[in-house]
Amino acid sequence: MEALYDIPVIGLVIQFVAYVVAQFPLVAPIIVAAAVPIVFGALCGFMNERSGVVNIGIEGMMLIAAFAAWWAASLAAQAIPATPGPFGITPALLIGLVAGILAACLTSVLHAWLSISLRADQIISGTIINLFAFGITGYLNILVSQSAPPAGGQFARILLPGSITELPVIGLVLKSFISVGPIALTMLISVVVLQYLLYRSRWGLRTRAVGEHPRAAETVGIDVIRLRYRNVILGGVFAGLAGAYLTIEFGNAFQSGMTNGRGFIALAALIFGRWTPLGSFGAALLFAASVGLERSIRIAPPTGSLGDLLTAIPSQFYGALPYIITIVVLAGVVGRSVAPAADGRPYQRESKAA
Amino acid sequence: MIGRIRSVVLVPLLSIVLALVAGGILMILTSPLVTGDLSLILPLEAYAAIVSGAFGSFDGVVRTLVNATPLLLAGLAVGIGFKAGLFNIGAQGQFLIGALASTAVALGISDGSPWVAIPVALLAGMVGGLIWGFVPGALKAYTGAHEVVTTIMLNYVALAVISWAVSGPMRGANVTFARTDDIVGAALPVLFGRDGHLGILLAAVAVPIAAWLLYRSTIGFEIRTTGANPDAARYAGMRPRVVIVFTMSLCGLFAGLAGATEILGEVGYMTASYSTGVGFDAIAVALLGRAHPVGILFAALLFGAMQAGAGNMQILAGLPVQMVDVLQAVILLFLTAEIVVRRIFRVRGETAEMVELASVSRSYGGERAA
Repeated sequence: MEALYDIPVIGLVIQFVAYVVAQFPLVAPIIVAAAVPIVFGALCGFMNERSGVVNIGIEGMMLIAAFAAWWAASLAAQAIPATPGPFGITPALLIGLVAGILAACLTSVLHAWLSISLRADQIISGTIINLFAFGITGYLNILVSQSAPPAGGQFARILLPGSITELPVIGLVLKSFISVGPIALTMLISVVVLQYLLYRSRWGLRTRAVGEHPRAAETVGIDVIRLRYRNVILGGVFAGLAGAYLTIEFGNAFQSGMTNGRGFIALAALIFGRWTPLGSFGAALLFAASVGLERSIRIAPPTGSLGDLLTAIPSQFYGALPYIITIVVLAGVVGRSVAPAADGRPYQRESKAA
Repeated sequence: MIGRIRSVVLVPLLSIVLALVAGGILMILTSPLVTGDLSLILPLEAYAAIVSGAFGSFDGVVRTLVNATPLLLAGLAVGIGFKAGLFNIGAQGQFLIGALASTAVALGISDGSPWVAIPVALLAGMVGGLIWGFVPGALKAYTGAHEVVTTIMLNYVALAVISWAVSGPMRGANVTFARTDDIVGAALPVLFGRDGHLGILLAAVAVPIAAWLLYRSTIGFEIRTTGANPDAARYAGMRPRVVIVFTMSLCGLFAGLAGATEILGEVGYMTASYSTGVGFDAIAVALLGRAHPVGILFAALLFGAMQAGAGNMQILAGLPVQMVDVLQAVILLFLTAEIVVRRIFRVRGETAEMVELASVSRSYGGERAA
């Protein structure tokens, strides 16, 4: 194997593959954990944009949900103390989860009303949500934190029996993806279910029709406005799960502005994944892997010529990579990513239009 | 004339009023967390504290102007884009790269005369911002990549560039954390008050320049025509692609200048985690100002005053400064939900709409520009 390392270029690639394989068991859990909120955020965007509503407010929706979940769980934990069940589930955590989802759905209602009913510019609507979310969560966080409330706890990961995790390759994959908390598990299920529904169900067909050609959809009897409302509000569920994941599963604390751009990476993942759940999932994993690789290079840099190359690349480059990739893809330099045709266009019923 | 002014100004003013009412309700609802008891006069205390903080003293007024400066310049960067039918979400990134470029140059020529150092550092900021505006402009014009997405992505690329530059090549000599040395040679002179720096004048001058560019120059006419109707612009022999690239570059220039004045006049150095909300506040400023330079001036002054008074509000009324962010977002909300404002106040008469905005979020995601 080592003999191959000296071949120019190809040798580097082989070294890289060997390094990644060697490091993978260590960074795989980090990658999955980083990918969860991005995937959920992208699914929120998917629900919106596939039915023709642009959503750049995912970041704000996640932030509001993160705060609501944390605050509700904290309040509930003080009111109903309980011993955690499987998955670390307590009533307080469930209340937090529901609160997070509801908060994000309510925010989605605002987005739907502005962009569907008022036919306002959808980018402005998203901007309002981001600005508002940043302000209101920062404001409430300071007020609430004055009394130093106890954390509401966090969901635990399920542990697989050793006989499974010790299987070669499969064991590792299962351990990384299945031995996770309940919200992360929900992510996997959501991706598969949504991908199936999009292409195999009546809802999926209608959603695609409304996102591509609402006028035609209306002619065959689909209620465009209603479907858009429903999808946008349901999209809030995923933003809610993304936010709740941050404050009651991945961690158990809230900090002002803690989503830290994840909502926008989610948007990037959605675009890079060509507006499909499975594609977004792959893109989010790739983006998270970029972060995982950076972490791994910092902790255990590879040796030899590959090490010299990788450590010469600034660590910030890996963080910026998702954004650069998205720009490249959008520009159509390497494989073009095209949005649903009616994305961003408010719909006006024919009868009402003059 | 009066009717025209009324139709332009009325809805923004009423939006501000409604936002203050909504903010007041929020303050009352959360007052148990602040004072331990429901307080109905909390909003009045808070607003009085903001006003006295922003206008009650000479220093307060200067603070208002200092805060308004980057908002005004970045607001122009967004507003000019609107005029061409472009939604520049990237004022943030253009601001940051402008700030970085001016810092780099200012550090490099720190021992020269300020008469040279300051103009050169400001120019560097403008060029930095211009580049960060040119890229999405060119991508939009020649590949169809929508500027909303590309500028959002470039905002984050800008953060990464700053983090790399400040923790690497630009890191100061005797610093305990990743920041640059203080900018000495190119620091903007303080003209009045404690911190009323030269940038305030630059921003004030930018307003008539932007107005002249948009309403009196040939390129401004082309920008507005392209924004209102790209097809008509093409039939009239204009080149929409060139206009798009030019406009985005111009937007970047203004935002870059905002970043430069902020660093050279206000902060004095850069940190690796330097970040700001100016770019997003600027969107609200541009919309509140109806994308007109004079409107943006007033909107920036309002937001600048609110931020200047926020500290006073926190001290006197016990409300976190973030309340101001909430108020800004709610102003924008009512402005967008104009129909609600009109219904509540029974406003009649035609809407002074920004026709250009109608085309903004169309062709999102990459439709080839004409």
